[in-house]
Amino acid sequence: MTSPTASSNVPGTLRPVPAPSTAGAASPRRRIVAQSAFEAKMILRNGEQLMVTILLPVMALVGLSQTSIIDLDTAGRSRIDFVTPGVIALAVMSAAFTSQAIATAFDRRNGVLRLMATTPLGRGGLLSSKIIGVLTVEAVQVVVISAVALVLGWRPDPVGIPLALLAVLLGTAAFTSLAMLLAGTLRAEGVLAVANIVLVLLTVGGAVLVPADQLPDALRHVALLLPSGALGEALRGAFFGATIPAFSLVVLLAWTAGLGWGAGKLFKWH
Amino acid sequence: MPSNTPAVEISGLIKRYDGREIVRSLDLVAQRGQVTAVLGPNGAGKTTTIECCEGLRVPDGGTVRVLGLDPLTQGAELRARVGVMLQDGGLPTSVRALEMLTHVSSMYADPWDVGDLVERLGLASFARTTVRRLSGGQRQRLALAAALVGRPELVFLDEPSAGMDPQSRLAVWELIRALRAQGVSVVLTTHLMDEAEDLADQVIVVDHGQVIAQGSPAELVAAGGRGSLTFWASPGLETLSLAAALGAGVQEADPGCYTVTVTVAPGTLATLTRWCADRNILLSRLTTGRRNLEDVFLDLTGRSLR
Repeated sequence: MTSPTASSNVPGTLRPVPAPSTAGAASPRRRIVAQSAFEAKMILRNGEQLMVTILLPVMALVGLSQTSIIDLDTAGRSRIDFVTPGVIALAVMSAAFTSQAIATAFDRRNGVLRLMATTPLGRGGLLSSKIIGVLTVEAVQVVVISAVALVLGWRPDPVGIPLALLAVLLGTAAFTSLAMLLAGTLRAEGVLAVANIVLVLLTVGGAVLVPADQLPDALRHVALLLPSGALGEALRGAFFGATIPAFSLVVLLAWTAGLGWGAGKLFKWH
Repeated sequence: MPSNTPAVEISGLIKRYDGREIVRSLDLVAQRGQVTAVLGPNGAGKTTTIECCEGLRVPDGGTVRVLGLDPLTQGAELRARVGVMLQDGGLPTSVRALEMLTHVSSMYADPWDVGDLVERLGLASFARTTVRRLSGGQRQRLALAAALVGRPELVFLDEPSAGMDPQSRLAVWELIRALRAQGVSVVLTTHLMDEAEDLADQVIVVDHGQVIAQGSPAELVAAGGRGSLTFWASPGLETLSLAAALGAGVQEADPGCYTVTVTVAPGTLATLTRWCADRNILLSRLTTGRRNLEDVFLDLTGRSLR
């Protein structure tokens, strides 16, 4: 066991190391708070992630409310009132889906998921922390978007705010499930491509920024069945009429159940 | 929980990928408080076996017990007591080295002092560098620190010194010895013979998903057959006469290079030098050819590339 080459040149290594701990794991709450903060920090410090989660929705907000490049029938509302709920839906999609799918896919490829799964955090703690991390990023998004929108003249009906929060939670559940399904089954580079393309397609034709009834006929009914359309309609319903269409709720719950089941079954940790 | 159960006890482990059996009814015991080296060529099934112990893979057959617990159903208890260093590191690339280590430490109630670990493993020079920009050896040291920061009873180290410079390797080996001195059980995989020979109490040689040999490094080397003796002198010596004197076979392998097949004892050398002195023969070089673990390993697993 002894070796004449023992590294006397490395300071401090001859001191005894601490004995094994008998204290065990930190409390579940502490672990999850630490991991959630870590997850949110990694997203908000990454340039590309900031672009898709913060810059993109703010550009959509300013572009759609301050220019008439896209013709919108606002049914008598100001453009900013009409557009902001959809921009919040876009923000939810970018954080819960695109950003999370890419982050999880690369963590999976780099073994980060497996390493954290061997710490007291475990797989369950990791998933909970990812969800709380997403909600944290969304909180930042909503603050930034609301601030910009308020400056641009947005006057939301306060009655709609609790319903809007419910819509955001349901949309987050559906889109995080989709993110996990992709991240757990495709190669990281594949996820990078698919997650961005799907975001673009859903934004353009998925009734996120523009209500379904203003889409071309062929898209209208499909869009209402998509999680993007359901989230967009739910948020517009909350802010415009202080009500969420039951149909949108059912669609979001159905996507969450289906995608969550698929992710649970198909997610590969390796 | 009786603490006299082995650190790791595997019996009849089977693991298949896509129908191909990677681990084929493998049995293995790693005792507590010891350093156990799992040695084998690439693709032998070392990492898969370790990952079954870490709860990262579900075995297709057999039983795995770690500290007497089942990694699949009692994982929560195990995760607080077992440290893991993965072969591919498992470090997120966008965070700084020290930030990552501090974060992992927050998962434990009473972790190792991060500053002390940083000093012991020489992490200070890159503590504020993002993981993406670290060298392979630096990442390995950080991953090792992350495996130890929870002050585990048992650590799994998958090729701990891969990609490290010699200084880092010595520091890592020294730390592993210090852990063992504190009663920590260490299970490491390696294909570095000197690592196994220097560190391990027990070496387990795995090939094609099975254990093909095990024992202490000394036992493995001794079991590999009789030692031999090689010396160099002038060509054309009377090998028959020498063989009679030594009571062993002597061959002139190359002109002037002689091998003696014998279990080398101190008297063997005295006999040889006396035989030479009587004939005024000068030995220019002499080695007692104690085989090392590398020879044993190559004998066991073959010398061809795979």
